[in-house]
Amino acid sequence: MIFLDLAVRNLKRHKVRSVLATVGIIIGVVAIASLGIMGSSLSVLVGGMVSDVSDTLLVTPHLAISSGDPFDPRNTLAARISGRDLGLIEKAAEQHRVIPMILASDRLQVRDKGGYVALYAMPATEIPFLLEEEAGTYPRAGSSGVMVGSLLADELDLHPGSRIEVGGESVRVAGIAAERGMGIDINPDYALIVTEEWYTERHGDQDYSRVIVKVGDLAEIEEVKVAIDQQVNRRKEVVDVLDSREILEIYYETFDAINIFLIGIGAVSLLVASVSILNVMIISVTERTGEIGLMRSIGARRREVLLMFLYESLILGIAGSLAGGVVSMAIAYSVTTSVAGLFADFAVSGGDGIPVAVVIGYTAFAMAFGTAVSIVAGFYPAWKAARLNPIEALRYE
Amino acid sequence: METDRPGLITVDAPSEKAATSSTPILRFEDVSKIYPLPAGDVVALDHVSLTVEPGEFIAVMGPSGSGKSTLLNMMGCLDVPTSGKIYLSGQEISRMSDDDLTRLRRDRIGFVFQQFNLIPLLSAVENVEFPLVLTAGREESRQRAIEVLRMMHLDDALFSHRPGELSGGEQQRVAIARALVNDPDLLLCDEPTGNLDSKTGTAIMGILAAENREGKTVIMVTHDPGVAAYARRTIRIVDGRLV
Repeated sequence: MIFLDLAVRNLKRHKVRSVLATVGIIIGVVAIASLGIMGSSLSVLVGGMVSDVSDTLLVTPHLAISSGDPFDPRNTLAARISGRDLGLIEKAAEQHRVIPMILASDRLQVRDKGGYVALYAMPATEIPFLLEEEAGTYPRAGSSGVMVGSLLADELDLHPGSRIEVGGESVRVAGIAAERGMGIDINPDYALIVTEEWYTERHGDQDYSRVIVKVGDLAEIEEVKVAIDQQVNRRKEVVDVLDSREILEIYYETFDAINIFLIGIGAVSLLVASVSILNVMIISVTERTGEIGLMRSIGARRREVLLMFLYESLILGIAGSLAGGVVSMAIAYSVTTSVAGLFADFAVSGGDGIPVAVVIGYTAFAMAFGTAVSIVAGFYPAWKAARLNPIEALRYE
Repeated sequence: METDRPGLITVDAPSEKAATSSTPILRFEDVSKIYPLPAGDVVALDHVSLTVEPGEFIAVMGPSGSGKSTLLNMMGCLDVPTSGKIYLSGQEISRMSDDDLTRLRRDRIGFVFQQFNLIPLLSAVENVEFPLVLTAGREESRQRAIEVLRMMHLDDALFSHRPGELSGGEQQRVAIARALVNDPDLLLCDEPTGNLDSKTGTAIMGILAAENREGKTVIMVTHDPGVAAYARRTIRIVDGRLV
């Protein structure tokens, strides 16, 4: 293709000009890609904290089932989920994890300090699933060891192996739970965590205070929620099912808006770059008017002249987009590592960084946008060149 | 040099087309060209009729502003008349689309300009092959370009030079090679020696005269009576009319 060849040669003839126009596109592409990646990395990293609890359905007893005044707090305490209802919930939840638990409180005595403490009792196998340990081991079924919430352990200076008095009985601290922060399911930082066996041995068989259902896939939450409601609340309201999905949706909407705003800023810089391409191309067309007249008079058609100039802006756009893409990838890589470090303190789920697909997606989008913008910017000068009257163009000095 | 392209000009045989064709190469029928300007219409050509037979060598002379350039532009399918008809090898061109006119220029007409008008980004041989590569493959275009350049007696070492590295005479040889590379029906020259010293100009005119002897139809615009003397017919034009 001689016209492609000519386009390349003309760009080479004006190296500085071409490089500057390309730099403009590079900056624009990098701006879009890195702002997009940064926006979604915020979303992903902070999202990690929120989604930690957002995959949770909390099933609590319906207050009204205990006869009497629904505003009497004793009714709340009295309301329980029976083993039969738990069975129904498990059936409705299918493969999703169902964790029944008993909430209670008991007297705690450590050395000279004493008071009441919240108690979470759940099957021994489920404790590692809900909680991370900071030190020691998880309480095992059949042992008398208990787990202490992180803040409570700090306050009372407890360590694995320490002895504490719970309900007048001396027990060993098996492990300390890692700090978990606030959640809609459990708030164990100031509580004791014991196995269900431990609790029933001491207080007899009991119904459950609440049931937590962990739904792995956020998309299935609604489905599971409806299934539980249909299974358990068939004849009358037995349980309430709560999920934090709506809060999460608002959160995601906010981050999407921030993201679009950030990309918008990037897009503006790319538009500025496209104006510089437009400028370069108009200069090129003006400079080469005589040449265009000659080509037209010895047989180059309008379409071919148009193509020749479009090639020029396309080459600028593609070169700029490719270089911009490489730079964006490099920035994304360093941002992933440094932001992940920055957020490590907050990211309870242990931020696994920005997904590669997001990086590639934004970079590809920015590159496509950069190329498209260059073509659009190049079109008007190219069209102008193609429309030149060959006689007048030949005479142009 | 042998190629399988039909109708190529060769040094030892006149063009078949020029020798056998009986229709005129070019026929103007009552052609007028009027440029509308705010200060009033300018009549560049005023009811011009003329016929150019194959193999002719014509000089067009006239004072500046007389309509020489307009006449040449119309002959070269660069412009269409306001009224009247122009036939190129029997084909009426005055109502043709821009693309069709461009195709005619590419395939049937060769232009030689006073300013040489070579494309500065292309080497000598690339300039010559330019009209060819628009339609043909690069390989055969290159072969043909080299062949024509050698006919212009241009040193092979200069083929890869850019126009800026060539003398005026060399540039004009390249330009003539470019005009001839498509084996056109008609070679149009606008002051072909106007930018050259007299010695180089004489050499260039020698090339054009030789081309004409081989059967090529040549029409040139010139101020210079000495250059016009190479032609076998002279058309004089004053105020848009032939005299």
